[in-house]
Amino acid sequence: MVFEAFYSQTSVTPTISLQQLITYVWLQQAFLSFIMLWFRDNELFQLITSGNIAYEMCRPTGIYGFWYAKLLAQRISSAVLRCAPILVVAVFLPQPYRLSLPSDLATATLFVIALLLGLLILVSISMLIYISTFVTMSAAGSLLMFGVIGEFLAGMVIPIPLMPDWLQSIVNVLPFRLTADFPFRVYSGHIPAREALELIPIQLVWLFALLLIGKFAMGKALRRVVIQGG
Amino acid sequence: MITVSGISKSFKVAKRSSGVRSAVKSLFRREYTEVAALSDISFSIEPGEIVGYIGPNGAGKSTTIKVISGILVPDSGTCKIMGYTPWLDRVAYVKNIGVVFGQRSQLWWDVPVIDSFDLLRDIYDVPEAEYQSNLKLLTETLDLEDIIRTPVRQLSLGQRMRCEIAASLLHSPSILFLDEPTIGLDAVSKIAVRQFITRINQEKGVTIILTTHDMNDIEALAQRIILIGKGSLLYDGDIHALRDRYVNAFPSESTPSIEEIIVRMYEEYQIT
Repeated sequence: MVFEAFYSQTSVTPTISLQQLITYVWLQQAFLSFIMLWFRDNELFQLITSGNIAYEMCRPTGIYGFWYAKLLAQRISSAVLRCAPILVVAVFLPQPYRLSLPSDLATATLFVIALLLGLLILVSISMLIYISTFVTMSAAGSLLMFGVIGEFLAGMVIPIPLMPDWLQSIVNVLPFRLTADFPFRVYSGHIPAREALELIPIQLVWLFALLLIGKFAMGKALRRVVIQGG
Repeated sequence: MITVSGISKSFKVAKRSSGVRSAVKSLFRREYTEVAALSDISFSIEPGEIVGYIGPNGAGKSTTIKVISGILVPDSGTCKIMGYTPWLDRVAYVKNIGVVFGQRSQLWWDVPVIDSFDLLRDIYDVPEAEYQSNLKLLTETLDLEDIIRTPVRQLSLGQRMRCEIAASLLHSPSILFLDEPTIGLDAVSKIAVRQFITRINQEKGVTIILTTHDMNDIEALAQRIILIGKGSLLYDGDIHALRDRYVNAFPSESTPSIEEIIVRMYEEYQIT
């Protein structure tokens, strides 16, 4: 693995141990659908661009909540299917590639909480992609932008602890890292329990803010929506 | 029951000529033309009526349906349906209406029809007993028994349309909007749909607004028609009175068909 070579050559003490890094990468793989921004529902894009959203609007439900639930369900169902085989393989691989278990129960609990909150944040961000489609009428642009930038900032390309300091300070104020990087580092113990407890309220604040922005934008979009044809 | 007064709606339509050059140009500066889809439309409808809503292509029929079903927000005007303003109280209001857009599908494409129905039951929170009795009535009268377990993608247009109509009635709405429900249907399906519409109107007292280009639909179903053209309301009244009014305009001995009368009306109002 590239990271291993990198670690064996380095002379300074790295900010994250190889063991923690391996755990980080495995978890990324297992919960891919929890953390991938480009994981999308084409049906929703079609609803918007083809005007079939007309029917959605005839249903006695708030569209934001309806779609949120739909996206959440999709991610959870695909994560459940994906994580079991990967985790089983990862736990039984020889060292140093084995996935280590969390050090204690408290860490495990914090990980689960952080992961679930991260998932909710991610869905709120992806809702913004769908809402932007009301204006642009094409999913490609916003998906690409959100996808590439969001993934990089969430530490999917390079794990955040390996980024240069100036970049880390930018990444730390944005919500993206709270979706993937944060829960995985809690699991591997790279972020100690006390620090995790401080960051979970920040997750909640971001979640709340993103939900508000999303709801507001959706309300705006629906008021000016024009359903063509028919 | 339904009161619409002074509804207006205009759309901005982007215009450009063909070719790459004008496509690039339109990135920076776009020319819009305002198209008045509806101007000052008013009418009111009593409970239990069937109203035929007619007009030539592009007259604003579908736009009206979208406004009164709460999908579009009009530029001006007010609308009260069962005490609700559709686009303001959308969630509470749409529980009471059923909508069928003939050109779109509300059924989930890949799953059997009955699964779509079950999902709609949950979305509308229909009590189980009511749902079962509605489902039974709908499968019997629309003859859905054989097709209800088939995935939607494998249904023919006529079969699908019958399912669409059933889907919009599962929650026992008191108003039903049908936007071209008989589009593309063969004679047998058309008659089945018409009989069904008459039946739910008589038995359950459902108020129905129907748009169509098939004048036979109108003649078979509606006692009252509303004619619009170029966004304005032109005629609102009894269909037989209309026939009497125009019958003298035809020199031949035979009684003119409703189709001919409508063509004559379009000519008179210069909306073709």
